[in-house]
Amino acid sequence: MEILKQIAQCLEVGDDAVVPPLVRQALAEGIVPKTILDEGLIAGMNTVGEKFRVHDIFLPDVLLAAKAMYAGMDVLKPLLISAGVSSRGRVVIGSVQGDLHDIGKNLVGIVLKGAGFEVIDLGNDVAAEKFVAAAKSQDACVIGMSALLTTTMPVMKEVVDLLKKENLDGRIKTIIGGAPVSQNYAGEIGADAYGYDCAQAVAGVKKLAAAVL
Amino acid sequence: MIAFQLSRLQPQPSAVYAALGLKSGSRPSPRSSALLQRALELFHTCSEPQGVSESISQDEFADIYSGQGRNAPATPLAEIFPHADRLHLFAFTLGERISGEIKRLFASDDFALGSLLDAVASLAADQAGRVAEEWVERQAAGQKDGALPRAFLYSPGYCGWHISGQEKLFARLRPEKIGISLNASFLMTPLKSISGVLVAGPAAIHQFSEVYPFCAHCKSPTCRERGMARSA
Repeated sequence: MEILKQIAQCLEVGDDAVVPPLVRQALAEGIVPKTILDEGLIAGMNTVGEKFRVHDIFLPDVLLAAKAMYAGMDVLKPLLISAGVSSRGRVVIGSVQGDLHDIGKNLVGIVLKGAGFEVIDLGNDVAAEKFVAAAKSQDACVIGMSALLTTTMPVMKEVVDLLKKENLDGRIKTIIGGAPVSQNYAGEIGADAYGYDCAQAVAGVKKLAAAVL
Repeated sequence: MIAFQLSRLQPQPSAVYAALGLKSGSRPSPRSSALLQRALELFHTCSEPQGVSESISQDEFADIYSGQGRNAPATPLAEIFPHADRLHLFAFTLGERISGEIKRLFASDDFALGSLLDAVASLAADQAGRVAEEWVERQAAGQKDGALPRAFLYSPGYCGWHISGQEKLFARLRPEKIGISLNASFLMTPLKSISGVLVAGPAAIHQFSEVYPFCAHCKSPTCRERGMARSA
């Protein structure tokens, strides 16, 4: 359907003013909201994600596309909710206790929303108990944690241990990231995944969510 | 006193694009280029650069460097500073206003501009380190005959100097007087701040072999870019 290709292409160049009218036009043409979401908006974001992964475009381009995605979603969301269409999954994210750096975490949250996830952003300086409590109450499938200080990394292990203690590690997965964090560290503490950068983090969440849901 | 002019701190567009993942040789979109210009305007209107430095003896720095006793067993700086001609503690901040503007942009869904301003500010804070290095080199050059000295900034949290080293550095330098505070996790706020010790001496003293265990996990090997390290 031509209109869906147009939506995807306009999203890819970050045209947030044009995407909503195109989405309304697609609805007027009788295309169901889920199809517009999957074959228009998410298809466009997937192309953006792949171009970003191979560095053909850079982060601001991804964020412009994400904003266009949000603009399209604002039109679709009430219709998706009333049709009972759920998100790809709920993800709790935050910067760990003691840490106020949040740009990386914010970027991952933005791109995850653009990819169709529901993101519960707990902000900065988040204690281990708060991550787990939020994931439980929101029925999240993934907890994503960011740390930019070596002194704050131990909070990540606290979250992993708390999930194990409460027998939640089967249905709530963990992914960690941040400058001092590494794949080795993820392995050491028993985290399920590590995201070296925004693109890898989002890919990691997609994999974990698919495994749980 | 070290003068920090924004024109000197402002990063090159190519550096901003590289920091945000643009492949070398690729051109940004016209829209992203226009946003970068806007980010540079905001950098100029929102930055409040301030720095503080203090000369320190080797014995005094040895105590500061020992920190809480949590440094790696062997580090480059432990071998370098005893050979320095001059040591200066240093801290710099771009101020709280620019951090506030970055937060405001993200909160109002202006993500692309927020990410560009964040990258500009981070690169500018790093550039302040280079400005300070050049200042110390000029100070040291006036007092030595022969080869010009080189100065480099070394910071807690890097190259085996544990981040808890900030505690003694702050106790001596008191960067609170320019608005920088330290939390219990040794995080500086405002976030666009840097600190450390400026080490000046013959260029050779900064050379070290990359045989330290922590080098394998380093994600920002600026030592190589700055000509400091040589391979083992």
